[in-house]
Amino acid sequence: MLEVRLRHRFPGFALDAGFTAGPGVTALFGPSGCGKSTILAAIAGLFRPDEGRVTLAGEALLDTATRRFLPPERRRCAVVFQEGRLFPHLSVEGNLRYGLRRAPAGADGPGFEVVVDLLGLGGLLARRPRALSGGEKQRVALGRALLSRPRLLLMDEPLAALDAPRRAEILPFLARLRDMEGPPILYVTHALEEVDALADALVLLEAGRVLAQGSPDELSLRPDLPLAARRDAGAVLTCTVAAHDPARGLTRLAFPGGTLEVPLRREAPGARLRIRLRARDIAVARTRPEGVSIHNILPCRLVAITPSAQHPDEVLLRLRVGEAVLLSRVLRDAVARLELREGDEVFALLKAVALDHAPG
Amino acid sequence: MMEGWLSAEEAQAVWLSLSVATRSVLVSLGPAVLVAWLLVRGRFPGRFLLDALVHLPLVVPPVVVGWALLMLFGVRGPIGAPLEEWFGIRLVFTSDAVVLATAVMGFPLIVRAVRLGLESVDEGLEAAARTLGAGRWDVFVTITLPLMLPGILAGAVVAFAAGLGEFGAVITFASNVPGETQTLPLAIYTATQTPGGEATAARLAGISFALALGGLMLAELIARRMHRWLGRG
Repeated sequence: MLEVRLRHRFPGFALDAGFTAGPGVTALFGPSGCGKSTILAAIAGLFRPDEGRVTLAGEALLDTATRRFLPPERRRCAVVFQEGRLFPHLSVEGNLRYGLRRAPAGADGPGFEVVVDLLGLGGLLARRPRALSGGEKQRVALGRALLSRPRLLLMDEPLAALDAPRRAEILPFLARLRDMEGPPILYVTHALEEVDALADALVLLEAGRVLAQGSPDELSLRPDLPLAARRDAGAVLTCTVAAHDPARGLTRLAFPGGTLEVPLRREAPGARLRIRLRARDIAVARTRPEGVSIHNILPCRLVAITPSAQHPDEVLLRLRVGEAVLLSRVLRDAVARLELREGDEVFALLKAVALDHAPG
Repeated sequence: MMEGWLSAEEAQAVWLSLSVATRSVLVSLGPAVLVAWLLVRGRFPGRFLLDALVHLPLVVPPVVVGWALLMLFGVRGPIGAPLEEWFGIRLVFTSDAVVLATAVMGFPLIVRAVRLGLESVDEGLEAAARTLGAGRWDVFVTITLPLMLPGILAGAVVAFAAGLGEFGAVITFASNVPGETQTLPLAIYTATQTPGGEATAARLAGISFALALGGLMLAELIARRMHRWLGRG
């Protein structure tokens, strides 16, 4: 368990944030300049805040009240930086072994070969960092951090410097990293797709403060948070791959409340994945429509109609399907035309191809 | 090989110059790295003064530097006297004195190059190394030092090439003793002052020229190799 409480005054900006992070991936999410990288640096010991306390598994890494400041090399919080920061004078193998050689004798963690396999680095070991592509560099940086046997893995926008295809190439590796029994991961990002794909918990930051903390599924349903104002606002569903139907070119995903048909996916049946159902992609009908191309027609109950904070002519509809909740963004006029009331039974309509944007 | 067309005395001067330049560079390297580090990374009140002091030999006339060394390390000087009394070391008029004078004159050249080398080291890499479990000294030895190696080597080669030709400070502090303190430039000077010494002066000047040119080309070659090695080329 990581507990963080930090205060620091910069010229024109004040950081005042507190949160906790458990096992798995905790995402620190917010716009650029909201202080998330500063928080990460303070946890790693690379930045000394005016005031604060950081404890990891009960041990204080930083406590300004008792003037405790553990140097970074004794915190064992490895960082994966946005720019990789590979050592240019060492080979890939030299980079990977740098932290491993310095890990305490009793420290537990995956071995060299395991990490090389996991991240697909076998063919790169003899190369110099300059001979690597951006995506390869980040995989090496990931491996190097992991091999230092950290008690906490800090990732500072590790995909931000990469283009979309490279990001899609690395994300599955990050997911594999999360799914092995590794150290807790604190993941700083301003990309929602990374939160959706990786985060078990979410800390929302804005202007140096924590707006909310909770599960990503829960927070993405809250209309009061800036998440709801984004173009890609919507519910996040945790699904399992039920079956593939290559003949029809689609995959069936099961979620607590029904099934979704989406364009054919690569994951094996039984695999768990998170799908963002963008509110703007979901339409609502009073009666089950006939003769439409839409694959997903889900009977649900309209539980809430919330005016949108950003668009005066729009509302957010909260729809319950079994145990799951979906969000739909429609014009106020649609509510009036269909005479929608909270408690009504309606059908949520979702095109299959609206769901091909998820990474992986 | 040289003895074929150089007199014994001329060959000795060439050899002494090479030896003195090498030794002066070796003596300066450690302190130069330390001073460069203090100047780039240090946060202390006297930094400005240290910077000026280090660069003094570049702007003060070499004869003055030689005179100052004579005052300090002379038999009755505040450093020279105890050196002789306690350790029986007498510097003046020895080849060690030549080394000391050459080292002092070359010091700012090495510091400047090392400093450039250090400034080119990305502190982010050092921070990354520390989060991977390396302490300050460990990081300096395994990350900082290798990455500033191009600067260190460039400084060493330039100081070596300049050290072959140090004149004013050497002749003032160590005098002009053939076989002991008479380096290449001193031998050339002596030859030009000696009737019939024109041929000697020309030969030694030619050697000076070749050594300097070779040194500079070597420096460039090393710099290119290093940059490729560090993945910057």
